[in-house]
Amino acid sequence: MERYITEFSNYFITIFMALYTYECFAVFRYSTEEKRKGIYVRQNILMFLVHFTCFLTICMETGELDYLFFYAFQEVILFAAISLFSMIYPKINKLLINNICLLLSIGFAILTRLSYEKAIKQFIIVTASLIVAMIIPFFIDKFKFLKEWKWIYAMVGIAALSVVLILGSVTKGAKLSFSVAGIAFQPSEFVKIIFVFFVASALYKSSTLKEVAITAVIAGIHVIVLVLSKDLGSALIFFIVYVLMVVVATKNWLYLLIGAAGGSAAAVVAYKLFTHVQIRVTAWKDPWSVIDNEGYQITQSLFAIGSGGWFGLGLFHGTPESIPDVESDFVFSAVTEELGLIFAMCLILVCVSCFVMCMNIAVRLQDKFYQLVAFGLGVTYIFQVFLTIGGGTKFIPLTGVTLPFISYGGSSVLTTLILFSIIEGLYIIKQREVSKSGKTKRKGASGGNSNRRARVYEEDEAEFEEEYEED
Amino acid sequence: MAVTYLFVFVFLAMMGYICHFAVTNKQELINNSYNTRQSMLLAQNRRGSIYANDGTVLAETQTNTDGTETRVYPYANMFAHAVGYSTNGRMGVEALGNYYLINSNEPVSQKVSDDMAGIKYTGDSVYTTLDVELQEVAYNALGVYKGAVVVTEPSTGRILAMVSKPDFDPNNIDAIWNDLVADTDSSVLLNRVTQGMYPPGSTFKIVTALEYIRENPDSYSSYYYTCNGSYISGEDRINCYHGTSHGSVDFRTSFAKSCNSSFANIGLSLDKTSFRDTLDGLLFNCELPLQSTYSMSKVTVEEGMLDSDMMQVAIGQGTTQISPMHLNMITCAIANDGKLMKPYMVERVENSEGSIVKQFNPAAYGSLMTQEEAQILTDLMTEVVNSGTGRKLSGLSYTAAGKTGSAEYNTVKGDSHAWFTGFAPAEDPQICVTIIIEGAGSGGDFAVPVAKRIFDAYFE
Repeated sequence: MERYITEFSNYFITIFMALYTYECFAVFRYSTEEKRKGIYVRQNILMFLVHFTCFLTICMETGELDYLFFYAFQEVILFAAISLFSMIYPKINKLLINNICLLLSIGFAILTRLSYEKAIKQFIIVTASLIVAMIIPFFIDKFKFLKEWKWIYAMVGIAALSVVLILGSVTKGAKLSFSVAGIAFQPSEFVKIIFVFFVASALYKSSTLKEVAITAVIAGIHVIVLVLSKDLGSALIFFIVYVLMVVVATKNWLYLLIGAAGGSAAAVVAYKLFTHVQIRVTAWKDPWSVIDNEGYQITQSLFAIGSGGWFGLGLFHGTPESIPDVESDFVFSAVTEELGLIFAMCLILVCVSCFVMCMNIAVRLQDKFYQLVAFGLGVTYIFQVFLTIGGGTKFIPLTGVTLPFISYGGSSVLTTLILFSIIEGLYIIKQREVSKSGKTKRKGASGGNSNRRARVYEEDEAEFEEEYEED
Repeated sequence: MAVTYLFVFVFLAMMGYICHFAVTNKQELINNSYNTRQSMLLAQNRRGSIYANDGTVLAETQTNTDGTETRVYPYANMFAHAVGYSTNGRMGVEALGNYYLINSNEPVSQKVSDDMAGIKYTGDSVYTTLDVELQEVAYNALGVYKGAVVVTEPSTGRILAMVSKPDFDPNNIDAIWNDLVADTDSSVLLNRVTQGMYPPGSTFKIVTALEYIRENPDSYSSYYYTCNGSYISGEDRINCYHGTSHGSVDFRTSFAKSCNSSFANIGLSLDKTSFRDTLDGLLFNCELPLQSTYSMSKVTVEEGMLDSDMMQVAIGQGTTQISPMHLNMITCAIANDGKLMKPYMVERVENSEGSIVKQFNPAAYGSLMTQEEAQILTDLMTEVVNSGTGRKLSGLSYTAAGKTGSAEYNTVKGDSHAWFTGFAPAEDPQICVTIIIEGAGSGGDFAVPVAKRIFDAYFE
């Protein structure tokens, strides 16, 4: 019996995951949350099935029923998160909440398989983070002064990163964290969010060359401090987020070219100056020739990716633990090996659907500050996903960042939860904007004075107006 | 928004890359010695068996009463290099089919009953193209000599027999391993069929002849030369084998009698750029379409090279080196209307119930020469058997075609390796044989009789 369950569970997990992923994109066919209700219910059922089948397999493979209790706790927390978010904020975007909970549940399953101890720690951190995340949309909605704190963001960001550079404990050649009361903090994770607020607050009013130049200096300091801390992944995220936010703020694609040229020049300089950059590039170009040293981690990751096949070897049937740091930087490889390529591709698509939804929200926000924040946070998220998956599969050089929600790491999960809570807050703001402008438009129309912009707006946002009226 | 499309595009590219990488490199990754999944699979599955083309067991894993496993090779030394070994590294079919042998595609019901019985799952079986009878004949015919024999099917590329001597007993590989590695003189572990590098000697005249025909398509048959036992160009001198004076010879006779002087004369007339193209087309100095480990054949022809070197190249001496497998592939192309089929040794993979897991079909590599050129060479090689150095194959129930070679490797003493490469029947080739016997003497006297025994066994 166990044999049959473990043998077929992967097919079921893959099918449930594929259906869930389909629903993620089916959402975009409908314009109102009301019409998407059915999809969200189906998603909730499917994510429950994925989570349950994973843990059923874990119990069967290990013969330990303890895992079922652990599973029950997770299910309670995830279910509570989904229902509490919807109760507190009736206008919340449920696709993002569903995706977050699905990704968290996959993270729990794969971490339990890799290290039960770390999975329990992660569970506690996630629970605490969810509580924090729940109040954030409220603050985003109410605190109107957030856009005025430009210099505070800049100072806090640089100060936090510098503290790590100076005091930080050295982990794996990169100074990433310092400990307070036994809990390791990785400030670069939190500073990512502060940095997005800084750029948005600096550029929302005017994005003249002067403004862009000033922010470029501040952004440059962030990046240089990170490179000195050997945190190349975060440095790259800051850089890309800055360049893309400038492009969107100025609507001038020339900045992308300048950014690309500047980035390439900086990359060459960094390659010449720092041996840790050279090592990463060597290990990327031909890891097989340095398989004993620099290439060991990436080749072990490639072995894992190559051995899973379309449906995976099954939980506990592979050897992902042979990859050093598998729980943090290479969790995607572990997923691919044991749950299969199709599952892993669906996982990527779920991350992409989160990003597309963020961009959707950003485009429709009226307030430029909020628009820039939503855009910057979305890019921060997706670019980090790109770095970790691309790095672990030798698509790009390895930079050692976590896969949000799935990797082990407290700072990572808390930061990403805050990130998405802010976007949820912006989504709520967006709907208020829509309803306001809906009223304005109606007034305008009655006065027979509707200008062209309002008409365009009307076509774009008709659906949101409708939604508002239903409420 | 454009940025959205940009990221979506990048992610789709990355997904395509990951899937492509995982699927195309799967076997190579599993076989890498740094990959711990091999030992994981071996702990779970019992290594599968290897069979000959008629289902005879060539290798199987037996579980002893104490639970340990022994890999058994019933034919011991006979298939040493072809089937190979699976510990201390891997070789032969054990290496080629390793991925299949360590994986199990047993039906789930069988896995369940294995679990109940507390035994490992049965690994998938590999069925080879090897023919026990031909292998036995080839193995015995080579006798105590060092050397190599390879027998293939030109129309498909199937390898029917592959013998390399000196050999070893793979049943004792763990015990004898250190001695084998330490013994660098006789290089027992080297598979001489694919990895042995020999001067091709007169067998290379097939290549020189092909180039001459290509350069003189209308006039090669009116070629004419008077041999007095040696060819002298300036201070350089090429002797015919044992100084034999062949007298007046045309192109056909030069080839049949393997007249070095005449071929030195032909060689000097060749256009070097065109010759290089022909050599490239015949896979010299480049990768061969082989899955197993092999050595690359080497030949140097370039503008401005010395006449003395060019004369050596034309008769297959000097620095030119070839593996028996490569020579066999060229011969196969001649036998198969110019078209080379990729040689292969693994026919199919079956699970424990006999269902096919993977079937390997014959695959064409491409044309090495035109059908017309192949026919001309076949006629020349038939003449070798009828009236030339391969006469020991004449007057039999089948018509053989081939080329002998006596490759001198010690110019002072005149020692030579005996070569023969050829096929039969000449009009409808079914098997292709290549033989090298190290230090035996002339190809006609020593290699041709081995070929005859193999052809006899096949056509009887």
